Amino acid sequence: MDIKDLTIQKALEGYRKRQFSAVEVVSACLENVRRYNREYNVLLTVRDEKDIIEEAEHVDSLLPLGGIPIVLKDLFLTDSVRTTAGSKVLEHYTPVYDATVVRKLKAAGAIIIGKANQDAWAHGSSGENSDFGPTANAYSKNLVAGGSSSGSAVAVALGMCIAATGTDTGGSIRVPAAWNKLVGFKPTYGRVSRYGIIAMASSLDSIGHITKDVADSAYVLSITAGKDPLDATTADKALGEWRPAKTLADVCIGIAKELPCGDEARSFEALGARLVPVELPHILSALETYYVIVPSEVSSNLARYDGLRFGDGRSAFGAEAKRRIMIGTYALSSGYYDAYYKTASKVRTLICRDFAKAFEHVDVILAPVTPTPPPNIGEKVNDPLALYRADIYTVPVNLAGLPALSLPSGIQFIGPQWSEEKLFSIGNAYELHAHYRH
Amino acid sequence: MDVNQVAKLANLPLDKHKQELFASQLTAILAFVSKLQKVSTKNVQPTAQVTGLNNVYREDVVDQLRILTQAQALSNAKKTHNGYFVVPSVWT
Repeated sequence: MDIKDLTIQKALEGYRKRQFSAVEVVSACLENVRRYNREYNVLLTVRDEKDIIEEAEHVDSLLPLGGIPIVLKDLFLTDSVRTTAGSKVLEHYTPVYDATVVRKLKAAGAIIIGKANQDAWAHGSSGENSDFGPTANAYSKNLVAGGSSSGSAVAVALGMCIAATGTDTGGSIRVPAAWNKLVGFKPTYGRVSRYGIIAMASSLDSIGHITKDVADSAYVLSITAGKDPLDATTADKALGEWRPAKTLADVCIGIAKELPCGDEARSFEALGARLVPVELPHILSALETYYVIVPSEVSSNLARYDGLRFGDGRSAFGAEAKRRIMIGTYALSSGYYDAYYKTASKVRTLICRDFAKAFEHVDVILAPVTPTPPPNIGEKVNDPLALYRADIYTVPVNLAGLPALSLPSGIQFIGPQWSEEKLFSIGNAYELHAHYRH
Repeated sequence: MDVNQVAKLANLPLDKHKQELFASQLTAILAFVSKLQKVSTKNVQPTAQVTGLNNVYREDVVDQLRILTQAQALSNAKKTHNGYFVVPSVWT
């Protein structure tokens, strides 16, 4: 049993057939934590090994995730386990309750190995804005891991766990997943509860995960999805059942010149899909729209960190957090609200409309995840705007609240709201065709 | 942008040394996002949220399972006194 080859499905099958035990699997994960954590700076907090082994010994293997080791991004409040959001502000914070998603994963029998490093407050797309140092890319220590769910991606890639949770407000699951050759999933906004997950931009935050293949991704969603009375933005919509598809014969894939895919589009024609050009003119303004709306919502969400009820106080905020708080405060302030925030909210409407129109003609839209491969650590850190540009292909999706699935080859599928099962079917067909090694 | 003024509004302690660096970075970011002024948004309604939901209510009953004990609620505070959070004086 090589942990690096194990998917959730293979692990559950191995448990069922008694080929190996949960204790062996989590022990292999812990061995990889010992081997790689310091060098790659992946996990900020590792749970007590004795507790992990004991859970693995007693877990009910009939549970949907019974004995599956996972890692949680450090935005996910975990009862009695330090949760930092990647920030010195919360360096000494221990939650007294679980996020809804954490509760669901625990109830499903998942075993939490630890909490993943990330850009502080999810502000970033490289991992370099962590107050605890950047996480290195699993494939090359000089390269950034991508962010903000940097530790989550690298933990899966280095065999510290089989799946990891993340959040995606502007690409923060899809970017690190793509840059570490994994599957990244961002659900429709409102599909998965945000309760107990430290908020970045409340109208864009989406709660997803990083896995080794598409089947695992769909499986994890079946556990985390659902209306939650504790999150009023969750919808009462059943998750469609996805079906593995060998061909894409009746699938229409949209290609937009604003989202240049190069040759990737041809693989889909080979699978039988029809490629249809679509127009998304307003996504050329998506990055500006994002960097007004998000800092505005951030300035509100981070106001609670006053160091009184929890946290170490506002002077512990890092530079990027301070920049975003100030941009947001300014954009919302009297005299500037109309020119900045209200204008951006109107452009957001136009972006939503562009997508809605495109989806009248196509099932999904194909797009690259990032404009470039991962840069070297430290290369862009002094130019905030340069780092922002890594998100040009991911942020439009969050502004419109759409689901998206990113694949190890660096492409993503974007679907209309509530179309997750379509994304999984198409992703699965592509995956079989591309023969990924895990 | 008056960085001093905005930092005050945002309750962010900023030392003088950082102020200049922030001022130039923020100016650059604002110049970038100001490009939105060029987009035609006449008669377009702003979007505040994309769920399509309206007025999601719950019953006005207490959920016992979600109440923190006083000890839990105070457990992460730096300064407490007799079961209260200690806050800086608001009278200046």
